[in-house]
Amino acid sequence: MSCGDKESDANVYEPIPYNLEVPELFQQKLIAPLIPANNKLTIEGVALGKKLFFDKLLSSDNSVSCATCHNPQESFSDNTVLSTGVNGLIGTRHSMPLFNLAWNFDEKFFWDGHKFSLEQQALEPIIQANEMGNSSWEIVENRLQNHPEYPKLFKQAFKTSTITKTLVTQAIAQFERTLISGNSKFDRYSLGQETLTPQELDGLDVFMNEERGDCFHCHGNPNNPLWTDNKFHNNGLDATFTDLGLGAFTGDPNDNGKFKSPSLRNLEYTAPYMHDGRFATLDDVINHYSEGIQNSPTIDALIKKVNQGGVQLPTQDKANLKAFLLTLSDPNFVNNPQFENQ
Amino acid sequence: MRKILALIIATSLFISCGEDQDDNISSNANISFKLSHSFNDTAVTAENFTDLDLTNANGEVLNIERFRYLISRIELINSSGLAYKLKDYKFTDLAEIDSYNFNGDISIPSGNYTLKLIWGFNEEDNIDGAYQDLNTASWNWPTPLGGGYHFLQFDGKYNINTTPTAFNYHNGTARISDGVFEQNFVTIELANPIFVTNNTSIELKLDIAELFKNPNTWDLNVLDTPLMPNYSAQKMMQENIESVFNIGEISN
Ligand code: HEC
Ligand code: HEC
Repeated sequence: MSCGDKESDANVYEPIPYNLEVPELFQQKLIAPLIPANNKLTIEGVALGKKLFFDKLLSSDNSVSCATCHNPQESFSDNTVLSTGVNGLIGTRHSMPLFNLAWNFDEKFFWDGHKFSLEQQALEPIIQANEMGNSSWEIVENRLQNHPEYPKLFKQAFKTSTITKTLVTQAIAQFERTLISGNSKFDRYSLGQETLTPQELDGLDVFMNEERGDCFHCHGNPNNPLWTDNKFHNNGLDATFTDLGLGAFTGDPNDNGKFKSPSLRNLEYTAPYMHDGRFATLDDVINHYSEGIQNSPTIDALIKKVNQGGVQLPTQDKANLKAFLLTLSDPNFVNNPQFENQ
Repeated sequence: MRKILALIIATSLFISCGEDQDDNISSNANISFKLSHSFNDTAVTAENFTDLDLTNANGEVLNIERFRYLISRIELINSSGLAYKLKDYKFTDLAEIDSYNFNGDISIPSGNYTLKLIWGFNEEDNIDGAYQDLNTASWNWPTPLGGGYHFLQFDGKYNINTTPTAFNYHNGTARISDGVFEQNFVTIELANPIFVTNNTSIELKLDIAELFKNPNTWDLNVLDTPLMPNYSAQKMMQENIESVFNIGEISN
């Protein structure tokens, strides 16, 4: 017995620490990404997480992977209004893009923040009827355990070939933390490597100016290149709510109609927009803030000119704002071979 | 200059005290701070702040949605005028109860002190984009308004019983005209004596109602939003902020 232990000890493979490449701008402007002490990134862990992320084996009928609704080319989101899971079952919300998740320091995930930590988040889709449709995690654990490759890969990543849901979600979370988008035109402008056109610069002013668009209080600014505050707000989509958002999770009526501010990076690839995918284009979104605001008791005080239906942007301001927003696109991120299915 | 000298003396004092700390623990005290908030006599806490109906000096009934602020250079000054800087800066979010408490970075000798702090950042410290934690909190003040950081973000609605209307009482650098800015921080010195022995906890109280009354009675119907680019509104805020702080309970 003790001899056997010794032998397996000697055989234990030590996973190699993964060196997370933090973009220069993030190093300058932001605090270090949040990597939980009990789930440090390793080369083997990230690789395993990536394999799992793209593997349809995680769904009940081998038809859906995480990447089905989180497609790398769409900045890890999905171009349908509401995502479709196994058996053609449709979800209730629009998929969310996945990047810079290790900089969500509150660690509240989903549109309504109902899961704390990426590891906890990954537990959910696997057993959601309208996502990956498994009736239990045990089934998935067994399926992976009986797979020709996975036990070995878990052994390399976690020093054990016994596959548990905890380890599955740890591996996936490791991969997700490597999804970093920090090389947009605007990032290079911030680093002094590129210039913006007068139109884009004026669009930035619309974004930053309290007398024009005032988007920056919720969606970041040049010194916060996440382009989100990762907080929850009611941005005036509806007068009454069919989806209570944060309020359904906290039970506090003051939170009704609040959803997490999405990052404005990579909007070029993530249409349609909002938690229910109601807006097909960026123009629709801008028109919403300009003229389409709906009042309700929980509407955020940062939404301006509610009684006029919004910030009333002139046509030229709208075009400039859009031009600025598109400088936040990071084509290198959506085309990064490192993030594509092997 | 005198201040720099005082700081040098203070630092060397601290070091010499630090050396015999093991033998004589009572000569050095750790200071902890506890921030508390009120609206006149109503306690305002992380749990209740979004539920309160509050009436300001001008008579408007209002709700608070968000209240975040920055103070810096928190110092205790001893009876001979030596300043001990206990904290470079402190960002507080009323919604985050964890942000109410903080500790001084150095321990100081026992004795009598008074508290001094700066509302926001002074010009020297208010460097655009320089603080990673504040950037991460999206605390920045727009470059066309002078850059640096917000000092206060106070959002809510007033006239809540008739026509609820948003206000954004945001304070930071004041813009006189394009490219011309005026500092807008406030140096606050509280006269209350603070006796420090062993480990001392100091309650610093902030009365939100003062923002609306002293010396300028604030009429939200006129000044609700946008206020960031409004020079005179920024200067009225600066005046009203002078009286928001008080020393509360001190426990040793
Ligand atoms: C059927 C489509 C679908 C599948 C499959 C799916 N997701 Fe999602 N994902 C969504 C939707 C829709 C949301 C938003 C749901 C909500 O807020 O209620 C979401 C949200 C998330 C978020 C939250 C992001 C944030 O910023 O808060 C993460 C992380 C995530 N998914 C990861 C995964 C992983 C990992 C898998 C595979 C284990 C997966 N998803 C499988 C559709 C899907
Ligand atoms: C009070 C905070 C707040 C302000 C101010 C604000 N937004 Fe938003 N924004 C949000 C929230 C919250 C959402 C998600 C709402 C939802 O899905 O229910 C959102 C969604 C968006 C989206 C959709 C992104 C996606 O991936 O679906 C875009 C684009 C956007 N906002 C742009 C802007 C622009 C441009 C402005 C300024 C004109 C602005 N926002 C002002 C909070 C805000």
